[in-house]
Amino acid sequence: MPPATATEHPSLVALRGVGKSFPNGVRALAGLDLAVRPGEFVALLGPSGCGKSTALRIIAGLTEPSEGVVEWDNATTVGESKSRLGFVFQEPTLMPWASVFDNVALPLKLKRVRAAARIEQVETALDRVGLGAFGRAYPRELSGGMRMRVSIARALVTEPQILLMDEPFAALDEITRFKLNDDLLQTWDALRTTIIFVTHSVFESVYLANRVLVMAARPGRISTEVAIDASYPRGRSFRTSAEYAALCRRASEALAVAMAVGGQS
Amino acid sequence: MSARERRDRPLRVVMPIVVLALGIAAWQAVVQYKNIPPYVLPAPDLIAQTFATDWELLLRSLLVTVITTVEGFLLAAFGGVFLAILFNQSRFLEYSLYPYAVVLQVTPIVAVAPLLLIYLPQHAAVLVCAWIVAFFPVLANTTLGLRSVDRNLADLFALYGASRWQILRRLKLPSALPYILGGLRIAGGLSLIGAVVAEIAAGSAGAGSGLAYRIAESGYRLNIPRMFAALLLLSLTGIAIFYLLSLINYLALRRWHESALAQES
Repeated sequence: MPPATATEHPSLVALRGVGKSFPNGVRALAGLDLAVRPGEFVALLGPSGCGKSTALRIIAGLTEPSEGVVEWDNATTVGESKSRLGFVFQEPTLMPWASVFDNVALPLKLKRVRAAARIEQVETALDRVGLGAFGRAYPRELSGGMRMRVSIARALVTEPQILLMDEPFAALDEITRFKLNDDLLQTWDALRTTIIFVTHSVFESVYLANRVLVMAARPGRISTEVAIDASYPRGRSFRTSAEYAALCRRASEALAVAMAVGGQS
Repeated sequence: MSARERRDRPLRVVMPIVVLALGIAAWQAVVQYKNIPPYVLPAPDLIAQTFATDWELLLRSLLVTVITTVEGFLLAAFGGVFLAILFNQSRFLEYSLYPYAVVLQVTPIVAVAPLLLIYLPQHAAVLVCAWIVAFFPVLANTTLGLRSVDRNLADLFALYGASRWQILRRLKLPSALPYILGGLRIAGGLSLIGAVVAEIAAGSAGAGSGLAYRIAESGYRLNIPRMFAALLLLSLTGIAIFYLLSLINYLALRRWHESALAQES
């Protein structure tokens, strides 16, 4: 298992006192501190509008923080840090005019990876999400769950050190979501990549992560941290276990406290 | 396609033909019954006869008009798309030139054509007319299309450090394609109108040989059947242009765009 709780590990990425104000005066984030160690699966849990997506975008470098800093380990520049990121949006965000294969190949094309290497990497990524046979299909020919798998394959194709996921399964039905949760855990175990997973589902965050960071709103900041000590692999038996239920209760209570502090949304 | 649409498909083909046949029969009957002289209203059989005798002359004129139209259309298509890309890349250029594109569009081409004929050789003047009328819808649609990019996809491109050129080629142009094709469909009909207007304007100078010139000339000579025959050819040309462009539109979009999908599934 990834060395998740080993505190002596330096963090891969850390936000220090990060704040974000928008031109219309809304303070989305203020004094946000968080550190993620290599190999961790961290869930950012909070009500809608608490700034968790903004935090993720700041980590990705898509939004500049108004205050505070984003620190990457061994002093990588922003440009380099970007190259080791994978980002999965709320929607699959595929190019409708391109085949599944070309969609997954996009990050490599943008980085001008040679065609031979590209084909191999794309096929590996597609196999990893179980879509090896669908390279020639177009996004519209796939179900919502399959589209999200393509989106994940695209994020994985550059073999990123860190995978940022912004409520990726929120729009899917529960059965598909459970399946994708399990597959994501498998992928995480196989690749040992670091994942920051934004969600508003207590159950999803507890099931997936080894650390749940509960956020309070207005302005967004970390309210509490709930360590999820349950061992991996987690499967159906974990989903129905008393341990899982207890952890969910703890996370729910932490969320209730955070919402009381942050005001109703 | 719904069951009702499928059941109605033969009707959609048959009914216009029935209407056409009835119309022609009524026309023939009225002309014969009322003994209307051909220089007032020629009967359909006389128009058909004119086709048979004048076909060489008419086809040569048709060729001239079609070539002008196609040239004007191509200039409008490339010019419109090129200008839109230029405007999209440089706000400075857009602010400087867009108002004049609008001026060109709103000034009635019938009023402009005689002026152009003073300053330009006839062929050039006709071409410029076709271009002026046709390029604006391409410009306006392409401009709109280049701006209608999925925000998340744009973020994704930024995340992987895409260059301006990569964003244009792999994101903006494909996103704009349905809009561009829509603009081209309008431009096709308009370039025919532009060519005809300029030919008519030039016609009185007697130097033209296009179909519109034939119409004007036949009018002066009271050769009304030939006027009708030329007019019919113009209509058929317009219809052919429209369906050709619709076909291109369908072939280019059928795999991915909603507008083309409605017809197949």
